[in-house]
Amino acid sequence: MNGMFAMGGYGAYVWSCFGITLIVLVICVVQGRVRHNRTLKDISARLRAMETKS
Amino acid sequence: MWKFIHKLASPPHFYRFSAKIIPWFAGVGSILVIYGTYAGLFLAPSDYQQGDAFRIIYVHVPAAYLSMMAYSIMAVSAAIGLIWRIKLSHAVAAAAAPLGAWFTFLALVTGSVWGKPMWGTWWEWGDPRLTSELLMLFLYIGYMALRAAIDDTVKADKASAVLALVGAVNVPIIHFSVEWWSSLHQGPTIIREGGPAMPVEMLYPLLAMILGFTFIFGALLLGRVRTEVLFRERRARWVRELVLTGAGPG
Amino acid sequence: MTEPDHISPGLARGFCAVIRRDIVLAWKRPGDVVNPLFFFAMVSSLFPLAIGPGADELALTGPGVVWVAALLAALLSLNSLFLSDFEDGSLDQLLLSPQPLPLLALGKALAHWLISGLPLVVVSPLVAISFQMPAQTINVMLITLTFGTLSLSLLGSIGAALTVGLHRGAALLSLLILPLAMPILIFGARTVALAAADDAVSAGIYFLAAYCMLALTFAPFATAAALRISNE
Repeated sequence: MNGMFAMGGYGAYVWSCFGITLIVLVICVVQGRVRHNRTLKDISARLRAMETKS
Repeated sequence: MWKFIHKLASPPHFYRFSAKIIPWFAGVGSILVIYGTYAGLFLAPSDYQQGDAFRIIYVHVPAAYLSMMAYSIMAVSAAIGLIWRIKLSHAVAAAAAPLGAWFTFLALVTGSVWGKPMWGTWWEWGDPRLTSELLMLFLYIGYMALRAAIDDTVKADKASAVLALVGAVNVPIIHFSVEWWSSLHQGPTIIREGGPAMPVEMLYPLLAMILGFTFIFGALLLGRVRTEVLFRERRARWVRELVLTGAGPG
Repeated sequence: MTEPDHISPGLARGFCAVIRRDIVLAWKRPGDVVNPLFFFAMVSSLFPLAIGPGADELALTGPGVVWVAALLAALLSLNSLFLSDFEDGSLDQLLLSPQPLPLLALGKALAHWLISGLPLVVVSPLVAISFQMPAQTINVMLITLTFGTLSLSLLGSIGAALTVGLHRGAALLSLLILPLAMPILIFGARTVALAAADDAVSAGIYFLAAYCMLALTFAPFATAAALRISNE
């Protein structure tokens, strides 16, 4: 088991690459979600402001 | 078929339709990537030349491929938006740029981490692909900077579309010039990634990773296009109904 | 200009008028022409001061330094390509004129090259001599710089048209144009370096000439489209 994760001495390189890939993918997903929710919130705030005005 | 595409280009239809297919894209992509990661890390035999360090290509190659793919998507949809004035395609171009920049960044980082044990340095200017990726990242940064500098969405769409097209003409020239430039001086020998002699146990995980990353990229892209569509259509009736009925983030 | 006669004479006249106007304006404000040249000379003299006065090092870095300095000087002057026209309203006149806009955009780019590119090419041997470049290298440098600065003027006119009227347009212009200008820099600087090492230089010169032709053909149309978009 230990040998499997050591990757013949290249473990640090291989695992850091897969790790950073995971991090970038998570950032992409979270960033997309946050933007979408913020856009929805902005639109609904604007609509509500318009309704109270009219 | 034409009718289907026409219908899809209408924002409310796209918004509803994409909500249905994003989970499928994400699901299929995740399964493929999980299989590819497992098979690539543990099942595939280690390379006779590079040892286990070659396993980095299982993330590097899909990232590099998608960084180019995202630029083509961006340029093609920018052209469609400019010529046929389809609003949705401008939204696609706007959504593709940040994702492309992230994948380019990923390709750069994994390429340089791969280079450390292979070449002994984190950055090797003699390698044409790494240098091309770096220039690619600069192109994405320029595109996003132009977009961010223009407040009016319609104007930003058109101006950045012109830039994307000029960039698309330049990308092959940039690749060619970087290749020529690096061929001039005798750098460290570059070990070919893959090649036709790659055994099946190595190749299948790679194909699974490329396909899986493409699906995940598709899901991410569609998600961002939804946000762009929502913002661009913020004054439309369907968006008001959607927001007021509290459909929530979907 | 060698416009065929059977096309209405207005085309050539409009084209020449654009060029003449910019040259006259530059003549009245010589600072616009001279400042990029001083900038070019100063940036190139930064390098010997930073790297050291050794003749070998200077001969090695010379081609690259001259090209980087030329690129930066071109960027410096590109920012004002459409800016003054935009501010005094003559850009609107240009857009409203019956002449085809790409032709006028080509005129603007060529005028920019005559005002900023050509003087730079003329001054560059002085910098080259200070970098101990041999004579045959200076010839190659003059040829590559001629093609290179012309391509930069054309390519830069697209960026200048896209960023005209934007806040902090100058920094943005550099971000847009620098990655696109890399092939010019690579081929220009490497060809001069090859000439210094007595290697074949024809490949690089052909490439730069081809790039220049490509830019001459396509850039005016992109500039025209960008100008229309920026001034909507």
